[in-house]
Amino acid sequence: MTNNLTWVEVGPAANIPQQGARTLQTQTDRIAIFRTLDDQIFALLDRCPHKQGPLAQGIVHGHFVTCPLHNMVFSLETGEAQGPDDGCAAKVECKVIDGMVRVGLTELQAGLRHAG
Amino acid sequence: MNHVPANIKAAKSRLVVIGNGMAGMRTVEEILNRAPDKYDITVFGAEPRVNYNRIMLSPLLSGEKNFDEIVINTPEWYRENNIHLYSGDPVVEIDRIRKVVISKSGTETEYDRLLLATGSDPIIIPVPGHKLSGVVTFRDVDDVDVMLGAAAKGGPAVVIGGGLLGLEAAVGLQARGMDVTVLHLAGHVMERQLDPSAGYLLAQELERRGITVITEADTAEIVGTETVTGVRLKDGRMIPADLVVMAVGIRPNGRLAADTGIAVERGIVVDDVMTTSDPAIFAVGECVQHRGQCYGLVAPLFEMAKSCADHLTEIATDGYAGSVTSTKLKVTGVDVFSAGDFSGGGNTEEIVFRDAGRGVYKRIVLEDGKIKGAVLYGDTTDGGWYFQLMKDGQDVSELRDTLAFGQAFAGGSAGNPLDAVAALPDDAEICGCNGVCKGSIVSAITEKGLTTLDEVKGHTKASASCGSCAGLVENLLAATLGGDYQAATVKPICTCTDHDHDSVRRLIIAKGLKSMPAIMQELEWKSSDGCHVCRPALNYYLLAAWPGEYVDHGASRFINERVHANIQKDGTYSVVPRMWGGLTNPRELRAIADVADKFDIPTVKVTGGQRIDLLGVKKEDLPAVWADLNAAGMVSGHAYGKSLRTVKTCVGQEWCRFGTQMSMSMGVELEKMTWGSWMPHKFKMAVSGCPRNCAEATIKDFGVVATDGGWDLHVGGNGGIHVRATELLCKVTTDEEVKEYCGAFIQLYREEARYLERTAPWIERVGLKHVQERVVDDAENRKALFDRFMISQQTAQKDPWAERASEGVDAHEFKPLSMVAAE
Repeated sequence: MTNNLTWVEVGPAANIPQQGARTLQTQTDRIAIFRTLDDQIFALLDRCPHKQGPLAQGIVHGHFVTCPLHNMVFSLETGEAQGPDDGCAAKVECKVIDGMVRVGLTELQAGLRHAG
Repeated sequence: MNHVPANIKAAKSRLVVIGNGMAGMRTVEEILNRAPDKYDITVFGAEPRVNYNRIMLSPLLSGEKNFDEIVINTPEWYRENNIHLYSGDPVVEIDRIRKVVISKSGTETEYDRLLLATGSDPIIIPVPGHKLSGVVTFRDVDDVDVMLGAAAKGGPAVVIGGGLLGLEAAVGLQARGMDVTVLHLAGHVMERQLDPSAGYLLAQELERRGITVITEADTAEIVGTETVTGVRLKDGRMIPADLVVMAVGIRPNGRLAADTGIAVERGIVVDDVMTTSDPAIFAVGECVQHRGQCYGLVAPLFEMAKSCADHLTEIATDGYAGSVTSTKLKVTGVDVFSAGDFSGGGNTEEIVFRDAGRGVYKRIVLEDGKIKGAVLYGDTTDGGWYFQLMKDGQDVSELRDTLAFGQAFAGGSAGNPLDAVAALPDDAEICGCNGVCKGSIVSAITEKGLTTLDEVKGHTKASASCGSCAGLVENLLAATLGGDYQAATVKPICTCTDHDHDSVRRLIIAKGLKSMPAIMQELEWKSSDGCHVCRPALNYYLLAAWPGEYVDHGASRFINERVHANIQKDGTYSVVPRMWGGLTNPRELRAIADVADKFDIPTVKVTGGQRIDLLGVKKEDLPAVWADLNAAGMVSGHAYGKSLRTVKTCVGQEWCRFGTQMSMSMGVELEKMTWGSWMPHKFKMAVSGCPRNCAEATIKDFGVVATDGGWDLHVGGNGGIHVRATELLCKVTTDEEVKEYCGAFIQLYREEARYLERTAPWIERVGLKHVQERVVDDAENRKALFDRFMISQQTAQKDPWAERASEGVDAHEFKPLSMVAAE
């Protein structure tokens, strides 16, 4: 799967606020790209596994984000729900090269292939 | 001499206590515990207040405690125990022949037994200028008030005396924003309690905190004409000062005793059951001299109180045998402990442990295999253990090699605090101040069914004084009760911290913490940058504490307050423009209709707060929606915020045939005054024009109901899960009063309630009386609250929609970082 990723550059990491997030609209869904206090960049599908809350709108703390709808907390590193909650937010590959954020998209997300 | 009292002699003996301080009242408590009906008790105190915990003056000065928290016995306690208290009326004469004491106001009171607990006086060095205004000692609440008054203006302060009390004063003043210099005569600070190494580490820590320490400093003169301006040293150096605190020591106060012919040397001379040279007169506390010793710490006073109470209630006692003392410095973040004789030399040997990295220094002095003294700096966990070994005179030769590593290592108790307390013998001392050992705490817990720290404090006095053993007592509770014990006395804000909301708020002010990193650093947050629970609370506390100065931290706000709209279940937002007092007009309605059309807004709804909600707005459309609403003169309704929401009104005297006051215009005025203010939680108001109360003002946070002669002001109502009707705060007559009381009430709520606490639970917690005392009874305080509210409103009343629609604030919130284009 990871072998077939299409890497797209989405902009400078500096354009994402610290302890905040911005989104990337793909051809199929939306990806939340987070910047933590220690300036690391993480990405998850912008959809909480619980009730599809937009995770990019949550409060970012440490390497975690809290969903704005019902306060479930997810690890930015793994996507896994913390504490007593079950569930996993979909992790998206990303990296920063020369200050630019690059996200690894599937063919569907990148619009290289159409569903169905 | 035959003296016949005027009244028929009471059946009970009369005990008069001179001194309403810690030693005197502790003796009274011990007497009441042993024989509650034995004496008719009268107490005279020089200070015009109830009995408080004098060793807590330092936290009072630094702001870590307030006066209510250091009160030991409330007025109710005196009443319940039938104790007659004359506070602010000191005894000026004892007539031992007539057995009468005479107070300053001229009251004569007869006694059968007289207890002297006159304490000690601060020593004032009689250098020139010692009577200037601005020169104080550090002995009572009045001194603290003077110091706080000076600190409010800032500027330089000098503390003369680098002993226990002087350093606590210096740290407190520095925390209050003064520029502090400590002058100390000896070669290192706290020389009676610390050796030079620990003294050096302590001085270094103080310097790091911004306090200047000058040792071998001999004061020549306090300079100034009427008010102090500085201190000149004998070597010619001049140190500027707006405040000089003399903390060079104390001297037993035996004047009254000496005047009446009782034996007084350095202090009032007493025997082992605290009897003076007059068998009807007793003395306890800092005023006494026992076996040639005078004491200035609490633990000995309390031991004296026990012996004295035994004797006065005719219980056989071994009497007081003198005390071995230990000391701790009460400065947050600085751990210093010392006990016994640590001068070394002679036949003694020393064990020294240093860890420069952690700033730890331990020195244990041994003689004949027993501990003779100990000094600990930086890590005082084992102070109590060394002290116990020392008092017991236990041979520690076998432990010698690992003694410096402490009890956990030596006792094999594996570092588990519960195992450690469980392993302690019954006679191990837990509370040094009150001399309470493990056995008495455990038996109180089991026999009286105690389950909380407060109950243990109440029954045994353990941890009731300096409080540093509270953790040990909690461990004892846990070890004794097992799974039944829940330590819930302080509920931390979240798992990032051990502090509760109230202590964080107090420390933000006391320590002048003005940013989130400063709070997290100083209050030892356990996570790098908090979490979704603590960060919004801290952001609010900072905003409330430093209006106009603290810059709001968007990343610490819930999404609704960050984008000034309400997130809905599908990730779209709702938009509610403000309609002042529920009033609108065709122009506004037209603009709302146009916006709904233009942006395809699916739902338009009238809210319960008399305004219109536009639901289902896409996030990226928000700035454009706001721009159109702004253009029609509308601003944010803050329907999303922990802030002033709506002011609901009825049509009132303007239209209604029953109306007695203009409720619509009152509602509009209140809303114009209060909009934009951030609060601990949402805040709703209503104004009704007559007692029929059509605006439902009695389920609002602040409800105003018109009457014939004026307005009834109601507070603390709520229409949520738990419906709660308001309570009547007071009645007022003028419109101006309504506004002033409203602003003052909001400000009190803003300053005192915990984040996410509505007014209803807040008032249930603190009581309506608490609010009335501050807002209604005290006009000056009401005015001050109102002024503080209006000051914070100066920077708060900025329409967040306009800032985002036309000034480009937080533009990143409303646009995706990027889009993946179709092939």
